[in-house]
Amino acid sequence: MAPPLNRRSGHSRRAQYSSFFNYAAGVAGALLGVVLLIVSIFGPTVFSGPRAIAADVVSPVGGGAARTRAAGQDIFSTISGYFKAGASHARLERELAVAKVRLAEAAAVREENARLKGLLGIARSDPPAVAVTRMTSSTAASTRRFATIGAGRTSGVEKGMPVRSTMGLVGRVLEAGITSSRVLLVTDTESLVPVRRARDGIPAFAQGLGDGTIRIRLINLGINPLKKGDILVTSGSGGLYRPGVPIAMITTLLRDGGIARVLGDPSHADFVVVEQSWAPEPPVVPENRDEPTSIEAEDTQDEAPTP
Amino acid sequence: MKFPGFVKVDQAGRKRINRVPSPFLARGLPWASVMISSILPGMLLIASAPIMPPLGFLAFVAWRQLRPGLMPVWAGLPLGFFDDLFSGQPVGSAVLLWSLAAIVLDEIEDRLPWRNFLTEWLVAIGLIVAYIVLSLFIANIAGASTPLHVIVPQIVISLLCYPFVGRVVALADRFRLIPFREIR
Repeated sequence: MAPPLNRRSGHSRRAQYSSFFNYAAGVAGALLGVVLLIVSIFGPTVFSGPRAIAADVVSPVGGGAARTRAAGQDIFSTISGYFKAGASHARLERELAVAKVRLAEAAAVREENARLKGLLGIARSDPPAVAVTRMTSSTAASTRRFATIGAGRTSGVEKGMPVRSTMGLVGRVLEAGITSSRVLLVTDTESLVPVRRARDGIPAFAQGLGDGTIRIRLINLGINPLKKGDILVTSGSGGLYRPGVPIAMITTLLRDGGIARVLGDPSHADFVVVEQSWAPEPPVVPENRDEPTSIEAEDTQDEAPTP
Repeated sequence: MKFPGFVKVDQAGRKRINRVPSPFLARGLPWASVMISSILPGMLLIASAPIMPPLGFLAFVAWRQLRPGLMPVWAGLPLGFFDDLFSGQPVGSAVLLWSLAAIVLDEIEDRLPWRNFLTEWLVAIGLIVAYIVLSLFIANIAGASTPLHVIVPQIVISLLCYPFVGRVVALADRFRLIPFREIR
């Protein structure tokens, strides 16, 4: 039935007031939303407490969901596997033949590496992983790319630790809750990772584009030396990410870099590993280096621009 | 013809006379279903691009279109805050946009009393497109720099998904009003 043209809610004062206050509360809700937005834009960590609690509460459900997701993917890949069996069998045989040769080469390189390291007296071993866990949920409906993993402060996870899958870098921990943590994925537009080409170490930056791909920006401009299929690994400059972790493969070339596909695609990663934050070795200062004299120090102070 | 003890029985075979719906379920189910819809998209898949529809918002709009007075106009405040905790948007984004959507829907409710499936869908299309685009802009103000073309697939999926969400909400509405609590 259509409502009457007269939009007053009757003669009852009480009904009129309640309708009015209902609307006033609606408008107040919108205004409060603006205030909350301003607070969260200027203080991004203000709401990390409630967010972490919420993630902790939902995390057990997410663990179950992760298992179901993995099982679902298995079913689909089993079915599609039947259709592609012949072609992939032939391809795998070709790859196996190549891989056998590569394996022999790798063994030789490893032996040589060990020998050279022994000569230099270096015994660097990677620290053990902090936690191995599942990804429980992600922000699939937002343009931001965050994910939640099922390990938190009780497992030793701390803010800033890099997260990787067996294939490559996934992201880094942004907020650590008690039993779950929030991860900034490398595909987020706010994530910036210093990388280098695996082959020859051309330095670049990898920034997420928000749609599952990564924008590679070369640091040295000029002729773009990148090729399609180039693998990029983390360079470790600036700390945080250990050098040598694969991150992406170039798919499209641009003038000052390219677009790359993420190797450690979190949607296919069953388990992820949280690693220790990596800090580069402090540079060795030669002992006979002259300390800056007080006059020089004053000079630099004079040269500093005055605010 | 069957007269099972002169007790009126509905299609599902339940007794109806002397029964009322549970007040908790009748009042709480809309809120609970919107909250579950807010959590759900993140659980279904680990996405590397925004492709899941914002199910919480869709359920919120669907409830308001199906039963305009059931949730108060200010329901966007608590429900939006809950959504913000899980959605990845800066907190306050859904509080603002859901409250505005509720006010707009109430206004349309008054102006457009005669509606059918198509008009309701068109209204929802307008709201959903505005919601997803404004969410992108709010996220970009708060530090991201996502280009506009990234959300096109999500908008299409959300628009096609809305009638389905409406059906599920209608099912939930029937479930909500099942009279199973006996009056003594």
